[in-house]
Amino acid sequence: MLARQSPLNAQDRELHRFRFRVAFAAVAVAVAFFVLIARFVHLQVMRHDYYTTRAEDNRISLVPIVPNRGVIVDRQGVVLARNYSAFTLEITPSKVDDLDATIEGLGKVIEVLPKDRKRFRKLLDESKTFESLPIRSRLSEEEVARFAANRYLFPGVEVKARLFRQYPLGAVASHAIGYISRINKRDLEMIEESEQAANYKGTDHIGKTGLEQKYEFQLHGETGYEQVEIDAGGRAIRNLSRTAPVQGNNLTLTLDAGLQEMAEKAFGDRRGALVAIEPSTGGILALVSTPTFDPNLFIDGIRTDDWDLLNTSPDKPLLNRALNGAYPPGSTFKPFMALAALETGKRTAGQTISDPGFFNFGGHQFRDDKKGGHGTVDMYKSIVQSCDTYYYMLANDMGIESIARFMGQLGLGRRTGVDIEGESEGVLPSPEWKRRRFKRPEQQKWFAGETISIGIGQGYNAYTPIQLAQAVATVANNGVMYRPHLVKYITDSRTGEKTMIEPEPLRVLPWKRQNVETIKKAMIGVNTAGTGARAFAGAAYVSGGKTGTAQVFSLKGSDYKSARLKEELRDHALFIAFAPADEPKIALAVLVENGGFGAQSAAPIARMVFDYYLLGKLPKGAANEVDAEED
Amino acid sequence: MFQQFLHRAWVRLIEHLDGPLLLVTGAIMVAGLATVYSATYDANNRLLAQAVNMVVGLCAMWSVAQVPPQKLMRFGVPLYVIGVILLLLVFLFGVKVNGARRWLSLGFTRIQPSELLKLAVPLMLAWYFHKHEAVLKARHYIVACVLLLVPFALIAKQPDLGTAILVGAAGFYVIFFAGLPWQVIVGLFAAAAGAAPFVWTVLHDYQRKRILTLIDPTSDPLGSGYHIIQSTIAIGSGGSFGKGWLEGTQTHLEFIPERHTDFIFAVFSEERGLLGNTVLLLLYLLLIGRGLMIAANASTLFARVMAGSITLSLFTYVFVNMGMVSGILPVVGVPLPFMSYGGTALVTLSIGIGILMSIQTHRMLVRQ
Repeated sequence: MLARQSPLNAQDRELHRFRFRVAFAAVAVAVAFFVLIARFVHLQVMRHDYYTTRAEDNRISLVPIVPNRGVIVDRQGVVLARNYSAFTLEITPSKVDDLDATIEGLGKVIEVLPKDRKRFRKLLDESKTFESLPIRSRLSEEEVARFAANRYLFPGVEVKARLFRQYPLGAVASHAIGYISRINKRDLEMIEESEQAANYKGTDHIGKTGLEQKYEFQLHGETGYEQVEIDAGGRAIRNLSRTAPVQGNNLTLTLDAGLQEMAEKAFGDRRGALVAIEPSTGGILALVSTPTFDPNLFIDGIRTDDWDLLNTSPDKPLLNRALNGAYPPGSTFKPFMALAALETGKRTAGQTISDPGFFNFGGHQFRDDKKGGHGTVDMYKSIVQSCDTYYYMLANDMGIESIARFMGQLGLGRRTGVDIEGESEGVLPSPEWKRRRFKRPEQQKWFAGETISIGIGQGYNAYTPIQLAQAVATVANNGVMYRPHLVKYITDSRTGEKTMIEPEPLRVLPWKRQNVETIKKAMIGVNTAGTGARAFAGAAYVSGGKTGTAQVFSLKGSDYKSARLKEELRDHALFIAFAPADEPKIALAVLVENGGFGAQSAAPIARMVFDYYLLGKLPKGAANEVDAEED
Repeated sequence: MFQQFLHRAWVRLIEHLDGPLLLVTGAIMVAGLATVYSATYDANNRLLAQAVNMVVGLCAMWSVAQVPPQKLMRFGVPLYVIGVILLLLVFLFGVKVNGARRWLSLGFTRIQPSELLKLAVPLMLAWYFHKHEAVLKARHYIVACVLLLVPFALIAKQPDLGTAILVGAAGFYVIFFAGLPWQVIVGLFAAAAGAAPFVWTVLHDYQRKRILTLIDPTSDPLGSGYHIIQSTIAIGSGGSFGKGWLEGTQTHLEFIPERHTDFIFAVFSEERGLLGNTVLLLLYLLLIGRGLMIAANASTLFARVMAGSITLSLFTYVFVNMGMVSGILPVVGVPLPFMSYGGTALVTLSIGIGILMSIQTHRMLVRQ
């Protein structure tokens, strides 16, 4: 070979080397394919009998057993969400040749209403391929028997015993408890991201809102498995083994169902919200948003007409006003302003102003509600009589930065961290907020004149009822602030162990005790001699409160619907309160949308709630509006 | 006159096609269609969708075959740069699905940039070697290795082991065919073997599980062992001649997971048996043989190493996929070329075949 080697040029040598490598690669490919063939011969010839037997025995399918969802009870053990077992008629669309003919045929054996069909169609559009979908739920025993006799006519159709979620109190506390509904694509992604996919095999419902959503993984439980022998047609014949599912954990709430129900009724057909908190723990006693809705409607896929009704109603029943409605606090802002003044040293309790009925600033006249003014006004009187001029001046003296700092500490304009998803932040106005909120530089500037109306809870101020409730509870609790929460403890279904949702203080505001007492005293004055006196006349306990009226039509303007102009023009009524005054057991914020004056429509609701919670008294009849002077 | 026109059109249509490649690819596609039908006709039939994918793939193949290799070469750098930038974007802003960050959201749709690198990496490396053909030195190989390791690491990090292996292999083959010294290759393999314990510690839990499962599938019969157990049962019970088309019990009782995508070979094997497997392997062997022949006869360094890399990549797909389905390799997401359902891989592979055709049919022109 060597002898015959001609003088190769570099390129030819290169080509030669390349071709050698190609040949090498060809050999490697041949070897690899030989390995594959050897493996196939091993599996398909030598071990063929073994695998044939395995394939024939391979009639064992793994069926997930869905665990019982945890139960939700109130602080007294009243059941708010539970499960019950019922038979459903289910179709596996992939195993049915002619879906329409099958449904038609089923209709002759068991009643299938047009609404059932509609719902089934909707489920079909959203479903995964191999799922079986319910066409009828809650079959009677007779219907089950009738179907069993005709079963052979309907391959791919089965009767299944399933657990259903039920909310026994219906619409009561629906915004707090939320509801479950069928798992959709977005839920699936969430489940996969939480690495819960294996545990959700077989589960077809998931918490969509409220506590059902927030505590989904607690309530769900652990899925069990059953090994089932199936015949050649894929039908189960025999159960081989079973790993029992573990029931979901139960939730015990701080909520008082009786109080909740009573409070919801107190609103009558008015729109509004109420949040009642136990000041010493932050436990929510009642979380009302009216109108409510029946969460039971959602469980099996809400019917289109029900959905349209809920979704297009101008009263927006699906909106959780307690957490997602942001309202100007109106005069309920004044006690907090007064406390800020004392704490920052801008005012003493005894310092007085002379109120002519207006405050002039920058060429604009800010008017007091009372013509001619309140005369000589100290801090006590400013709260009891709700004097605007006092707070125009105070706001001007304090400045926006100082107000915003204090109110931010109090939790206003901040998410409270309540255990329900999607809480709104509200608006705590400040120059910094304005810079973030607006794009154009001329809008971003804070004007000193804007500070003035902030002082009486108007202007850009917008807080959620739960923020107001938390703020008044914090004042009632002398500055020890808790995160409002609905769940008191979680009971582990396996061990029975109770995990308390510890009422740890969120923060302790370093207020002087004397200052807090001044504010409380003034708020007691409101309910004995001021704007809340009529609503609280003859109460068997001492309470503190503050009425408020929030202008709906402000400079900002909102979306304007001429058809509802008249009612929507009316102001929102607010009331914040706590009782008993010496050792508060309950603090609340009430809001009645377009309810007019706070003293008139909101304060009586607070009175009923207090009477019920502190004295166990149920109100006679619905909420009576009391006549009251302006706040 | 009209006949002449037809004739000319016909010549134009086929002049850059390679008969053997087209024929064999077509035969595998037909087998693929039949198997996809069997795997999906119970529910959610994918036959038509896959046929559409194949038409798209064939169009891409034809189009790429028209482009001479010298022009193809120019795509190397831009495609590579775009690909790596997209990978970096995935790394930073990618959408997480099933714990892996592989997708980039464009608002209306999601794209998986790693697919692009399967072609961009060999194109880039082949261009690089071609450019420095006359003066290839050690540093060129080092630069090439770095060019390969960057996208490889980014894809492996996502994590997407299947695609990382394919991209890594495609790049490695280019470097191999460009003449990486044998001593280095042997050294690399020795180093890789030595680093195995270290690699073990960086693997994700699910990847370790897959390797452990390979050693003993019964250790996790309900989790990751399930795939292997069920697919080996399918293959083994298929026997010498198979259970017949549409007759596979493993397939139709829904025991085989991913049966129309990565595990389609289990369906084919159950229904066609050892005979079918052998024929299919022969078809792939023909494809690979033809590819290697094209590589050996190619006229430029770029064309040679590109053809070699594409061909061996194709082999890697086949070997890794069949190996995993028959239980001798761990489960990684690699489809079976022209058989598995799915448009993306099909188009990528078709473009690869198109490049082979281009190299083969533009050979003479270059010689002149």
